[in-house]
Amino acid sequence: MKIAVCVKQVPDTWAEKRLRESDRRLDRESADGVLNELDEYAVEEALRLVEAHGGEVTIVSMGPERAAESVRKALSMGADAAIHVSDDGLAGSDALATSLVLARALDGRDFDVVIFGSESTDARMSVVPAMVAERLGWAMLTFAQKVDVDGTTVAIERAGDGETVSVRASMPVVLSVVEKINEPRYPSFKGIMAAKKKPVESLDIASLGLDAAAVGASGAWSEVADFAARPAKAAGTVVTDEGDGGAQVASYLVEQKLI
Amino acid sequence: MAKAPQSPFGLFAIDHLLSEEERSIRDVVRSYVDDRIKPEIADWFEAGQIPARELARELGQLGVLGMHLEGYGCAGMSATAYGLACLELEAGDSGLRSLVSVQGSLAMYAIHAFGSSEHKEQWLPQMAAGETIGCFGLTEADFGSNPSGMLTNAKQDGDDWILNGSKMWITNGSVADVAVVWARTDGGIRGFIVPTDTPGFTAREIHRKMSLRASVTSELVFDEVRLPKDAVLPGVASLRGPLSCLNEARFGIAFGTLGAARDCLQTAIDYSLNRIQFDEPIASYQLTQRKLADMALELGKGMLLALHLGRLKDEHLIRPEQISLGKLNNAREALAIARECRGILGGNGITLEYPVIRHMNNLESVFTYEGTNEMHTLVIGEALTGIPAYR
Repeated sequence: MKIAVCVKQVPDTWAEKRLRESDRRLDRESADGVLNELDEYAVEEALRLVEAHGGEVTIVSMGPERAAESVRKALSMGADAAIHVSDDGLAGSDALATSLVLARALDGRDFDVVIFGSESTDARMSVVPAMVAERLGWAMLTFAQKVDVDGTTVAIERAGDGETVSVRASMPVVLSVVEKINEPRYPSFKGIMAAKKKPVESLDIASLGLDAAAVGASGAWSEVADFAARPAKAAGTVVTDEGDGGAQVASYLVEQKLI
Repeated sequence: MAKAPQSPFGLFAIDHLLSEEERSIRDVVRSYVDDRIKPEIADWFEAGQIPARELARELGQLGVLGMHLEGYGCAGMSATAYGLACLELEAGDSGLRSLVSVQGSLAMYAIHAFGSSEHKEQWLPQMAAGETIGCFGLTEADFGSNPSGMLTNAKQDGDDWILNGSKMWITNGSVADVAVVWARTDGGIRGFIVPTDTPGFTAREIHRKMSLRASVTSELVFDEVRLPKDAVLPGVASLRGPLSCLNEARFGIAFGTLGAARDCLQTAIDYSLNRIQFDEPIASYQLTQRKLADMALELGKGMLLALHLGRLKDEHLIRPEQISLGKLNNAREALAIARECRGILGGNGITLEYPVIRHMNNLESVFTYEGTNEMHTLVIGEALTGIPAYR
């Protein structure tokens, strides 16, 4: 089984993120770049599937030069090879452009399964996996909390509001996984050493045969028009308990439609 | 307007001195400590108990145990990488780092450096995996800084060895499967590999400690312990054996103590930014800022020293007295930082809700073990004058 895992480098989840005044984009230099947390679950699931069924795992990432560190982290967890798409012309790509680039990088390489984390901690749109599936014309199984492979059939479980849904599709498929699915391993020291020697294929807009106008800021279908800092927290309401404190708190919660 | 605060190591641009691989190793150990150790450590410390066997397996899976040794299932990383791992482990707790130091730098290193190839094949792979826990017996109740006076002895009886005596302050003693024990013989001080289920071997855990409570410390007693001929480490017959093991461990401590200090200082900085007195965060007062600045300076200087020693060690150029520079300075300054941070946290600083007093109490042990402050001072004094003042 050939599995690709699409990963993204994001600003450290716990760092304070800032938008730049000049182009209203995220200032990626202001925080350390880390492998998007949910993508670690995607890598882990791919490794488990390959450990159970055989095959190989390829990491696919679009991002600037420094994203190579996150690619290497995924390799140090145990993936076999990587494809890193990097080009200055990709800066400012929106979800549509990103899905175009990823689909082009994935197409024609005989992958059976492509796995994504269900969202990135910076953009948080959760749409790229579906867009990539659409562009490839493959089945799409999203928000999986459990994955089973039987021959060429992939079955997932997805938690709904009141029920758990089981969905099946034939390979090739695009999956996105949620954090309930597994517990990602730590890269071992041997894995870190081995990752340095694993093949990383570098691609850019030209080598993918893409039109430069279709990607990057120029190809974006939407733009950030304006942004404002979150207003400072207002002072809370203090309820003095004179025997009816509980009732007052309850009525406040009802008022806020919290209960 | 207030700028975004920088971390102490960020201020020194320490990352600039590390390779990508070294940063990856640091990051892995840091996330293990954040996820697995920090949520539990205060409880372990208070209870005076740790799940040592479970932790050893986890650390073995990461590759931390004996990570700076080559072959036999060990990761074969650089000395600097080993130091960085020690730093992150000790940012969790000095007891955790002690477990790793004793396993990798004392027990495994002794077997790796002085054992026969059969010893290495038999013990090292399972010790690297954390399936087998080791301890190291050199110190005795009456012979600490002066191990050459040791009373523990081994005598030949036909083909066997008979071991008698006792060892004190032995980390991992009561959980160990195997002990490397140094004993006086007719042929000089020799190291013995002693499986802890050998008849006549007992380990008594030392209780009522106020420091390193999340670490197992024991007394080992050998009462007519009969060992086969090949239990002896063939590679060395003098104190050079155990002392070279201690050099390995002391090197790790030069880094490790900085982890405890960093955790204290970061805690104190965060606390001082949130603690309001007289309507201002205490971080805005000059007295607090001076403390923070002085501590950051010592922490950063200690790290520059440790990294310098790491690079020397990786080039096989390091000398024992240089390791003394690192152990003496960094244990001393880490303890001073922990005490100052305890003061910044005020009353909150005395509880286990914050890591500071735990680190502070732990560092009292680290200040003393693996060569006391006094002994390292005299080693440096001898290096500078040529005169050994401790004899």
